[in-house]
Amino acid sequence: MKRSVLPYVIAAAVLVFLYLPIVILVANSFNASRFGGSWEGFSLRWYLRLREQREIWYALRNTLVVAFAATIISTVLGTTAALALHGWGTRLQRVHYALIYTPLVVPDVLIGISLLLLFVALGVRLGLGTILLAHVSFCISYVTMVVLSRLQDFDASLLEAARDLGANSWQAMRLVLLPLLMPGIAAGGLLAFTLSIDDFVISFFVSGPGSTTLPIRIYSMIKHGSPPLINALSTLLIVVTFSAVWVAQMLSKERRSER
Amino acid sequence: MPTRRSRAGELLLTAPSLVWLIVLFAVPTLMVFAVALKPVDSYGGIGQGWTLQTVLNLRDPNYPAIVWRTLWMSAVATVVCVGLSVPTAYVMARAAPSRRQLLVLLVVVPFWTSFLVRIFAWKALLHPEGLIKRLLVLIGLVEPSVSLLYRPEAVLMVMVYTYLPFAILPVYAAAERFDWCLLEAAMDLGASRIRSFTSVFLPGISRGLATAVMMVFIPCLGSYVIPDVMGGTSAEMIGNKIAQRTFVDRNLPHASALSALLTLAVFLPLVVRWVTLWRGGASETMVRAREGAGEEML
Repeated sequence: MKRSVLPYVIAAAVLVFLYLPIVILVANSFNASRFGGSWEGFSLRWYLRLREQREIWYALRNTLVVAFAATIISTVLGTTAALALHGWGTRLQRVHYALIYTPLVVPDVLIGISLLLLFVALGVRLGLGTILLAHVSFCISYVTMVVLSRLQDFDASLLEAARDLGANSWQAMRLVLLPLLMPGIAAGGLLAFTLSIDDFVISFFVSGPGSTTLPIRIYSMIKHGSPPLINALSTLLIVVTFSAVWVAQMLSKERRSER
Repeated sequence: MPTRRSRAGELLLTAPSLVWLIVLFAVPTLMVFAVALKPVDSYGGIGQGWTLQTVLNLRDPNYPAIVWRTLWMSAVATVVCVGLSVPTAYVMARAAPSRRQLLVLLVVVPFWTSFLVRIFAWKALLHPEGLIKRLLVLIGLVEPSVSLLYRPEAVLMVMVYTYLPFAILPVYAAAERFDWCLLEAAMDLGASRIRSFTSVFLPGISRGLATAVMMVFIPCLGSYVIPDVMGGTSAEMIGNKIAQRTFVDRNLPHASALSALLTLAVFLPLVVRWVTLWRGGASETMVRAREGAGEEML
């Protein structure tokens, strides 16, 4: 059967479309020109100038503090949620599943404004604390979904064997299930970490004075700042996320080949 | 997952996430509807008593235009994304199995960059001094005085750019399970290439198409940063108005009324989808796209 060329042309165009802006941005971060419309020679001066931007490093610190805390809390809550969803098929779990599932499809703006209303109504002071609460809330769903999908691959007969050998259910879970589930939990935690680091919209709604995170800082740079500095900062971020995801992929490949 | 499924064990494992999400997701979402009926107080907070005034203010002639624009821009972005995703997913699914994983990775990788960075990259390209503007002026397609930024087309393009992988992944997942013999059979039986594509292939991947529509349309409805950075006042969407009422005027009841409207608009297609199709497809794709683990689908 002769195949049409058209889909191949479109697919190639789609890939160019997906990569063009990112490639140009990275190239322009080394461009001496301020607007990047033309190449005016290789330069590292935007990176050097980035070092003097104290607000960026302050915002980065806030982002990392929130991301680490949010990852730990949401990984624990997401893992217990996945164990409950997987282990029991009760009506309670159907409600539980709906509560886990819905935040995944609700737009960020709505999550942000509704949390802001809650915090204002309760008189909670906005700051890093409220950003942390918000991040945990949307990360739980992602961690649960990742751990749940790994649990569905889990061989339940291993637990039965542990029980037959005299372990009680708590021991079976702690000594057999959790160690085997660890790669899935780690993958969920890593996802939570990247989502927390990347979140702008929700953080913006529930942030207060002094709780600028890196995305909030980048947003204000996009609105008012100097484009070449954002190019340089973005390139650094791209390098960091790409290496993190690459490591994660390597880890999950190792796990797969072990099976 | 204890073998003996005790009620106490279930409650112990369920309570933390259940309570957290009730307090910090379900209650706030319902509060949006309640606060829409509250007056504003003089400190920018939520006042005492109840009023219908805010909801009635939504009849302000500006809003129907913005709601309409939000709907049509989201619809156009969805059509373009799904339209591009079908041929792309077709090529990916027809590739040799060893190359499919690489192709999925290629689609997912742009997602590993920050959302704001991707939007900024487009702003730089369309900037009056940017590369695309200069190229278009050079080949005479665009007058130097025309601005490519701050117009609905710029917002649409970045929405397509941002959500395209969310369309490609579910359509690919469906195309990957499609039995290509059916296509050949249709052509053997005399169907034209276009006919066999529209009457055999498209129905065969309809579930993936439905997921793709949801995955693009719903986040587009809630767009806020993209129109804020790329568009001017002629491209404002509901999300922008919610942010303006929150940050500029500090009128939370007004922002709530708009959010209630958006919530209804978001949940309507969700309910339709829950009723017509199996649960879970959208959330799984979302998790996979974000996780960057497209290989899981192979």
